[in-house]
Amino acid sequence: MDSFYNHCSQLLTRRHNSMTLDITAITKIAKLAHIEVSDAEKEHFARELSGIFKWIEQLSEVNTDNVPQLTSVSDTPLPWREDKITDGHKRDAILANAPASEYGCFVVPKVIE
Amino acid sequence: MGNPTDFTLAEARDALKAKKLSSRELTQAYVSNIEKHNPALNAYITTTPERALKDADAADVRIAKGQAGALEGIPLAIKDLFCTNGVQTTAASHILKGFVPQYESFVTSKLWQAGGVMLGKTNLDEFAMGSSNTTSNFGNVINPWKAKGSTKDLVPGGSSGGSAAAVAARMCLAATGTDTGGSIRQPAAFCGIVGIKPTYGRCSRWGVIAFASSLDQAGMFARNVRDAAITQTVICGHDPQDSTSQLLAVPDFEKALSGNIKGLRIGIPKEYRVDGIDSEISALWDKGIGWLKSAGAEIIDVSLPHTKYALPTYYIIAPAEASSNLSRYDGIRYGQRVTPQGGSLTDMYCQTRAAGFGKEVKRRIMIGTYVLSAGYYDAYYKKAQRVRYLIAQDFKNVFEKVDALLTPTAPSAAFAIGENSDDPVKMYLNDVFTIPSSLAGLPALSLPAGLSDKGLPLGLQLIGKAFDEETVFRIAGVMEEAAQFKAVPQEVEA
Repeated sequence: MDSFYNHCSQLLTRRHNSMTLDITAITKIAKLAHIEVSDAEKEHFARELSGIFKWIEQLSEVNTDNVPQLTSVSDTPLPWREDKITDGHKRDAILANAPASEYGCFVVPKVIE
Repeated sequence: MGNPTDFTLAEARDALKAKKLSSRELTQAYVSNIEKHNPALNAYITTTPERALKDADAADVRIAKGQAGALEGIPLAIKDLFCTNGVQTTAASHILKGFVPQYESFVTSKLWQAGGVMLGKTNLDEFAMGSSNTTSNFGNVINPWKAKGSTKDLVPGGSSGGSAAAVAARMCLAATGTDTGGSIRQPAAFCGIVGIKPTYGRCSRWGVIAFASSLDQAGMFARNVRDAAITQTVICGHDPQDSTSQLLAVPDFEKALSGNIKGLRIGIPKEYRVDGIDSEISALWDKGIGWLKSAGAEIIDVSLPHTKYALPTYYIIAPAEASSNLSRYDGIRYGQRVTPQGGSLTDMYCQTRAAGFGKEVKRRIMIGTYVLSAGYYDAYYKKAQRVRYLIAQDFKNVFEKVDALLTPTAPSAAFAIGENSDDPVKMYLNDVFTIPSSLAGLPALSLPAGLSDKGLPLGLQLIGKAFDEETVFRIAGVMEEAAQFKAVPQEVEA
């Protein structure tokens, strides 16, 4: 699928030279996604994502007026359970994979000045 | 007795029960096959031979006591997307390197309760994002099949490529997979084995590392339809820990293999005759239709008009859900952490995720973040959800007239690593036959139906009504009998 995207974007940027997503947009998306992206990567993402969204635009051909959004494929209501605590007392198991922990807590960089 | 790995799962089960074979002998034979083939195929990320032999000995004790479960003593492989208590689980990502779950996924716990033996954890595309198993942080998986007269390495398909390759190369009797847009069916087709994705809600997703929660389902890979039915029966069922798993009784799918499909109505969707499909695949599809007719089924031409929009719809919905699910990898609770000198908490998040995720995963998170962001949510995400409704509705309409659908699984046979980047049609179409049924949450199975001119396996897909896996298995059993697919990869012959 990696090459799928490469392919879509190459093919489509060839067809549509306009860029729907510019560096500013990519910078914003990367910030929202909490992923540090270098300037070179931004160029790359701008080209690639623009191509992908050009391809995705074919959905606008579909008339979806008065069509509900599908939020669950299930026709039956989901089973309910009693609202009670069924689990707990697993502090050590929860902390077992933490990159840093102290005194039974996760350790994070300082957040309060 | 020949090599115990020649037994199918059903045969091994019966031989174990009859005490003609011990689980230790069987497991040892698989451990040896892994040692022999895994260095070349890279199907396993982690092997657990000691655990396997311990499991086998415990199974032999239970068999001796007459307490055998449905999979007692059967050696299995687990896609490295299922959390396994005390055994490293990576999702093939650097960000989870060294993560050792402190709990067991519901699906794998069912396998162990039934007496299954764990051989190890199989390779996959990073976070199950891919169709060729070339995005793993642990290297490419190599398909055990080679084209006639060629030594070129082929992809096993993806994302569950390691599981499919392990079953095909006899490095396990059956393996778990997960399917979001075709990640069980397409690798099953590429590796010449059976793969089943059940109805959404049949299996618990608890303890399966999430990719796109409204699509992800667990399913099994096996050498034949019966083995797939036996193992799939074990992993289905309601789990209060996954509210989307349905509170329904699970039929014994093996019992559905009646061999009789007389009078069943099978639909052939015309939209699946896409341009650019290999003529061999088209011919195989026709052959499959012929087998069904000979067995007394009624063939009905049907239309699923929104088929062509399934792919772009999927590439909005799946990345959107992925961007949300993968926000949990923040370097705090588990996995890798990068702490910049004097940096803030946000700097830590951003650098941890930059260093931990591969290219494909980052791309999908970026797409997903964008389609969910303010100002674009309506144009992309809501639109996709509406088109998804129309796609699901297409299937509902058709299933008023037919009992199941027959289509090809993939538009081509396995391709060489990197090969597809210069063939546009193939790359576009790779998941075109599997994604629509994923979006509709329907059960679908791929079975090997023949070989290409180059000697590579080709698969056909059966799609069933929601929660009607039984009909899918029943038809698959009849088709398997007609196909007489006996070929094995060169790796197995050697």
